[in-house]
Amino acid sequence: MDIPVYLDNNATTPMDPRVLDAMIPYFTQKFGNAASRNHAFGWVAEEAIDYAREAVAKLIGANEKEIIFTSGATESDNLAIKGVFEMYKDKGNHIITCITEHKAVLDTCKHLEKLGAEVTYLPVNSDGLIDLDLLEQSMTERTILVSIMYGNNEIGIIQPIKQISDIAHKHGALFFTDGVQAVGKIPVDVIADGIDIMAFTAHKMYGPKGVGALYVRRKNPRVKVTAQMDGGGHERGMRSGTMNVPGIVGFGKACELSRLEMADDAKRLSVLRDKLESGLTVLEESYVNGNREHRLPHVANISFKYVEGEGLMMAMKDLAVSSGSACTSASLEPSYVLKGLGLSDDLAHSSIRFGLGRFTTEEEVDFAIQQTKTAVNHLRDLSPLWEMFKEGIDLDSIEWAEH
Amino acid sequence: MAYSDKVIDHYTHPRNVGTLDKSKNNVGTGLVGAPECGDVMRLQIEVDENNVITDAKFKTFGCGSAIASSSLATEWLKGKNIDDAMTIDNMDIVEELALPPVKIHCSVLAEDAIKAAINDYRVKNGLEAIVSEKTHH
Repeated sequence: MDIPVYLDNNATTPMDPRVLDAMIPYFTQKFGNAASRNHAFGWVAEEAIDYAREAVAKLIGANEKEIIFTSGATESDNLAIKGVFEMYKDKGNHIITCITEHKAVLDTCKHLEKLGAEVTYLPVNSDGLIDLDLLEQSMTERTILVSIMYGNNEIGIIQPIKQISDIAHKHGALFFTDGVQAVGKIPVDVIADGIDIMAFTAHKMYGPKGVGALYVRRKNPRVKVTAQMDGGGHERGMRSGTMNVPGIVGFGKACELSRLEMADDAKRLSVLRDKLESGLTVLEESYVNGNREHRLPHVANISFKYVEGEGLMMAMKDLAVSSGSACTSASLEPSYVLKGLGLSDDLAHSSIRFGLGRFTTEEEVDFAIQQTKTAVNHLRDLSPLWEMFKEGIDLDSIEWAEH
Repeated sequence: MAYSDKVIDHYTHPRNVGTLDKSKNNVGTGLVGAPECGDVMRLQIEVDENNVITDAKFKTFGCGSAIASSSLATEWLKGKNIDDAMTIDNMDIVEELALPPVKIHCSVLAEDAIKAAINDYRVKNGLEAIVSEKTHH
């Protein structure tokens, strides 16, 4: 077992060695520009991209013509939302999204508000799922887009995608989903799920960084997005720029592997995730955040009351995890996702996200349980709040000096 | 973010963790910060008849720098006269622990905790609380 143990697979995943093997020839020997139509170097590159595009499309049940390659999910999110806003502005200017979306979606929506968009930010229930009735009530004649993520990056919950797309379509709006955490981890089918546009990326599914995709539906309905990058007219005019051939080849390989191995990975990881959760929730005052039924197989988000997340992570120095506490950032604001679930600030500050992945072993999970328990107990020994809790003092009854 | 060796040392081997009997007249308690801000410090001092701090204890809920700042504060307080202790400045803590700018608030909190503990002791013993001219808020 290598130390430190990597349990932050929602941030990024290590690349599968089989993906790297597939990519290597495209850096040195097969280096052609896929847009070079006049010689073999270009043809080889173009063929490799065609092959990868098929593999990417196949993973999500799409046609290869519906895949637009980008630099990653942030670009895909921007292209989808800004592109729809521009393309469909005659139809309306209303966009519906939700408060626990990724910043690439939220900040794009905020940007569009300055350009005349009206945006509704739906709240979520305490388990992280949106309220479908509220979504339906929020739809107007001016609604052009509903943007709700598939699986949440912090707590791993899976939104009811099919019901959401049904509501969007019933009211004549398009449905876009940020599928970054879900694609390659659980079965995602754009036809069955009624998805019109979807962003996803290679580096969350054991592929390389710097390459992502946008699925854009071609029929029933035919969807178009206005390009946000002008130039040579690549990717059916929706995304200009020289194709990242090795990256795309790697993305294709990663999609192929995920399609073949996802079911086994998911089964194995959900067992490990459950082991981790039950191993840690034996600690007093520890709580699993988010819906435990509708969720990704590899994510556990746990709050350990009366200890602060960043301090806790420092004690878990042999584990690479992530905290809902943002003491490291200048804002000092804890996770907006956890706050969106209605968690109090102190519980949000006390949370740790564990993200398992294809290469996580049971030995590593056992180690993580041990390290985390020791760290929580160490921090609680130092915590005045824990002492007060143990003495039966109601912390809400204290007048804290805000600073 | 990388922590300084001194922060890691105080965090891993915190000095003077514990609780003094706050009902005693010669014990001053300072409880500062708020759970929703992600840090709470409780600092306690025991003072002898010559106004010298003979013991200091802390417990802190917070990040590594907050824990280290309060641990260091207890070390500095022991043996000091309460008037001298009142002059401990947060920037002394910043310097000693090499805290980065985003962690300066941890040192501010430690200074506030020191002053709160001393004032609690002073008020208990019929002395006036000293209002610091320095405001951080």
